[in-house]
Amino acid sequence: MKNKIIPIFLSIFFIIIFFIFYKGLQIPNIYIPKIDVKKSIPIFEAAILENDNQINSEDIFEENKFYLLNIWASWCLPCRDEHSLLINLNNQRDINIIGLNYKDNYENAKKFLKELGSPYKIVLLDKDGTIAIEWGAYGVPETFLIYNKKIIKKIIGPLDKNSMIEITELIK
Amino acid sequence: MNIFKYLIVIFFVFSFYTSNAQDKNTHNKITKNLRCLICQGQSVYDSDSEFANSVKILVEKKLNEGLNEKQIYDYLKNKYGEWILYDPEFTKNTYFLWLLPIFFFIIGGAIIFKLFIKRKN
Repeated sequence: MKNKIIPIFLSIFFIIIFFIFYKGLQIPNIYIPKIDVKKSIPIFEAAILENDNQINSEDIFEENKFYLLNIWASWCLPCRDEHSLLINLNNQRDINIIGLNYKDNYENAKKFLKELGSPYKIVLLDKDGTIAIEWGAYGVPETFLIYNKKIIKKIIGPLDKNSMIEITELIK
Repeated sequence: MNIFKYLIVIFFVFSFYTSNAQDKNTHNKITKNLRCLICQGQSVYDSDSEFANSVKILVEKKLNEGLNEKQIYDYLKNKYGEWILYDPEFTKNTYFLWLLPIFFFIIGGAIIFKLFIKRKN
């Protein structure tokens, strides 16, 4: 009897380990950030692209209004692609689009807006990228839909037709 | 008297250096425990990506504002979720992860102890 305990114990042990690893194999190991969590927007101070004056975020985002915060840079190619979608949205819907210019050269940013047009109500400067971190962003481009000072939708990466449909559905 | 003055100056210079070094150490320690979310298998400390560089600047700013290590972790956890920390916290999702090695250690110890007693007898 005593001799049998160890083999039985070992086989149960290996079966358990097998199941743990088998289950573990099926779990996707790609990290997907949670994007549907409603979080309050951060409070920060930033310079404005047009005149370099400082502005507080609380003066920008009002309640009962939809805002779209778009993080962009002139060196970011996907931003160029999504720009026309933002201009369309700005023309068609009642929404305030706020630009956050991420780690960009001042002249290049101005040139970018001159060339492609500006859908932005206001463009804020984020020279060292810390404001983007305050928003919980990963990089450029990234877009946040805000209502009542809460983030209701977050789009990581460039906007496309599907995400535009989602946004227009949400702001109806 | 003059020597006394010099000593005071030296004291202040050195205390300034050490406090600076202390800040640098905490900064390094924090950034080493933060995962660079857009890199593969790199900490914020190791990475030179735009994201990591911004986090480094932010940690420095927060340290200057007087936040301690835990407050900075909590702050970033609130923004990005627990995934940004390399050390998973002890919650109901991770207790298996934390306790399994201890469990193995105890079982192994018990087996060795039993063999030891057997041999002695």
